[in-house]
Amino acid sequence: MSIVRPALTLFALMTVSTGIVYPLFVTICAQTFFKEQAEGSLIYRTVDNKNVIVGSRLLGQTFVDNKYFWSRPSATSPAYNAAASSGSNLGPTNQDYLNTVQKRCVDWRKQPTNAIATEDKIPVDLVTASGSGLDPHISAAAARLQIKRVATTRGLTIEAITTLVTEHTQGRQFGFLGEPRVNVLELNLALDKI
Amino acid sequence: MITSDLFQIIFYLLVLIGLAIPLGNYMAMVYGRSDTDHGQSSVSKFFIAFEKQLYKICGVKDNEEMSWVVYARAMLVFNAIGMLFTYAVQRLQPFFPGNPQNLPAVSADSAFNSAVSFTSNTNWQGYGGETTMSYLTQMLVFTAQNFLSAATGMAVLIALTRAFSRQQVDTIGNFFVDLTRSVIYILLPLSIVLALALVSQGTVQTMGQYCQYTPLDATLTSVTAEPITVYNIARGPAASQVAIKQLGTNGGGFFNVNSSHPLENPTPLTNFLEMLAILLIPAALCQTFGKMVGSARNGMALLAAMVIIFVGCLAVCYIPEHAGNPAFKAFGIELNADNKNCGGNMEGKEVRFGIVNSALWAVATTSASNGSVNSMHDSFTPLAGLVPMLLMQLGEVIFGGVGSGLYGMIVFAVITVFIAGLMVGRTPEYLGKKIEAFEMKMSSLVILFPPMMVLLGTALAVCCKEGAAGVCNPGAHGFSEILYAFSSAGNNNGSAFAGLSANTPFYNYCLGIAMFVGRYALAVPVLALAGSLVAKKKVPTGSGTMTTDNWLFVVLLIGVVLIFGGLTFVPALALGPIVEQLQMIFAGK
Repeated sequence: MSIVRPALTLFALMTVSTGIVYPLFVTICAQTFFKEQAEGSLIYRTVDNKNVIVGSRLLGQTFVDNKYFWSRPSATSPAYNAAASSGSNLGPTNQDYLNTVQKRCVDWRKQPTNAIATEDKIPVDLVTASGSGLDPHISAAAARLQIKRVATTRGLTIEAITTLVTEHTQGRQFGFLGEPRVNVLELNLALDKI
Repeated sequence: MITSDLFQIIFYLLVLIGLAIPLGNYMAMVYGRSDTDHGQSSVSKFFIAFEKQLYKICGVKDNEEMSWVVYARAMLVFNAIGMLFTYAVQRLQPFFPGNPQNLPAVSADSAFNSAVSFTSNTNWQGYGGETTMSYLTQMLVFTAQNFLSAATGMAVLIALTRAFSRQQVDTIGNFFVDLTRSVIYILLPLSIVLALALVSQGTVQTMGQYCQYTPLDATLTSVTAEPITVYNIARGPAASQVAIKQLGTNGGGFFNVNSSHPLENPTPLTNFLEMLAILLIPAALCQTFGKMVGSARNGMALLAAMVIIFVGCLAVCYIPEHAGNPAFKAFGIELNADNKNCGGNMEGKEVRFGIVNSALWAVATTSASNGSVNSMHDSFTPLAGLVPMLLMQLGEVIFGGVGSGLYGMIVFAVITVFIAGLMVGRTPEYLGKKIEAFEMKMSSLVILFPPMMVLLGTALAVCCKEGAAGVCNPGAHGFSEILYAFSSAGNNNGSAFAGLSANTPFYNYCLGIAMFVGRYALAVPVLALAGSLVAKKKVPTGSGTMTTDNWLFVVLLIGVVLIFGGLTFVPALALGPIVEQLQMIFAGK
């Protein structure tokens, strides 16, 4: 029995149905039922009467200003480049990597505004780069470490900022899946609204 | 926080096994259905009519069965077409529509590598998705090949299953029918459901361009004066590809960092679903196998052996990751996990997944031939990084790729009964079929080719400067990166110690060859094995027959998998992760 003709035609039909019809069908359903998510969970903001995209709820971005909570280190180039995701891929015994982590710790402690007591430990997520380089979250401890700086810079009370951080701390999904976390962009957007 | 981690693991395993059994029964029905069956509902009648129409157009004679030689030829021809097509589309990418970013043609070596990679169900990716491949390329060749390579693996497994369920005939089914049924009754419906579930949580699915944003922190744009073009968000039709890459144990991500990318895997729920999808079909196929050979207990025995090795490996991977990097203690870093701290080794991991979901994913993706990642394996502590490597080197038979994992495990079962037979001096049988010289020759080929590719490839790469040039981390870890790459390619996994710069002609060609041999030099002997077994008479079980559905057999099988699959690699592993783990522990002393 001939093999080539059925193989060719079946390949063509299967490629069209799984490579074109299937993704288009999913796209149509997704755009109909979950438009906001399918487009990348974008957040809009009005600046000078114009509606601009301020980022995605799901993607981290860089913060350097003292009045904001800062994200984790990112290995993309430049940091938090959402068009070229990357992890650092540095191995645990690589001396360059250990030096980098040590320097990050020193930097966190060095700034007087951070006001970290010497006996306080630094949350590990604050000095390590995420897998994607786009991690939108930090741990609750990492957010708490930054409360004093943000409060001082903004001239707000520590209690006010603490309440805001608590409000923005997400627990595990359904109470047991994943890890507790704080979305940095959403927290900072909320800060700007105070 | 150990309790919450433990709970997530147990919940995962329970849901996996709970869903695998009904799905396995369903798949047995799909492959076992013949034209004479009656009593179907109108829905299934509609699909059957559609299937028949498909065969008519393609000239497939669906009631004509194939001998193993014809079956193998059909499989090879179909895959060769896929490979050529995949290569051609990548090379001609700029001339096709569906390329909003105007990405250029893919280089020859990279296109060759990806063509072999996606047809062989490996999905090793030397390139970064969002910077290399157009939407059309991602859909038309990669999404489509995800289905077709998975369906190929399932077809070969079903052919081998028939070798045990039939006797004294010379046909093992029709490749085109098995392939078509795998796609339209199993892979497509599951993918649609999963893709939409993912989108509802935030996985992107759009044909829109990459979009620009204005970052919230205004000092970024004013002081550092980064060009505004930096603030782009890569998007695309990701959910549809993510669904099938997980279900078909393909693993090729839409974005460079695969499922650690928040737009591919946004929440703990999507992470759970994607992880479930990695092992769902491979686990369910054990039930399908048992059902089709007429003894569900035999299928469950294979599944039990898989689960036991899986749990053991998970423990070895989780514990050092949870403990974290000992060097960090001197820097005043919090390594203990509690409700506020992630703790552990967070380099290359996402906060929303934490240690437990990263370790669980790493073990699932490498026990199956999936190769998708939600954390960077290159940054794992050495002992934890050893686990994914070892799971691949075992031949990916712990669940394994859809189809390919179970046919690998059946080969190990054949070897186990052979060894047990030698001990008591009886002709070994598996499921009533006598295992003789020819079967053992074919089984030996199946377990010899992948280690050969892994060890020879690694040796070649460390000896020449093109190979050593790709290494990212110094010392023993650099060796691990190379060993991991060839373990991944030779066993069709596709995950990586991604620090290795593998998008070079040397690695693209070497790994391409390893992937090709690792897939087809195994599938053909498996079909030959099926051809030989199907012609044999089923011998009735006697008092001297070894039972293959009890715990004794499970233990023997685990022993054979670990000894045959693992022992080969102990010297190589000693040079890489083991020596690095010792260096790490004793560094501070």
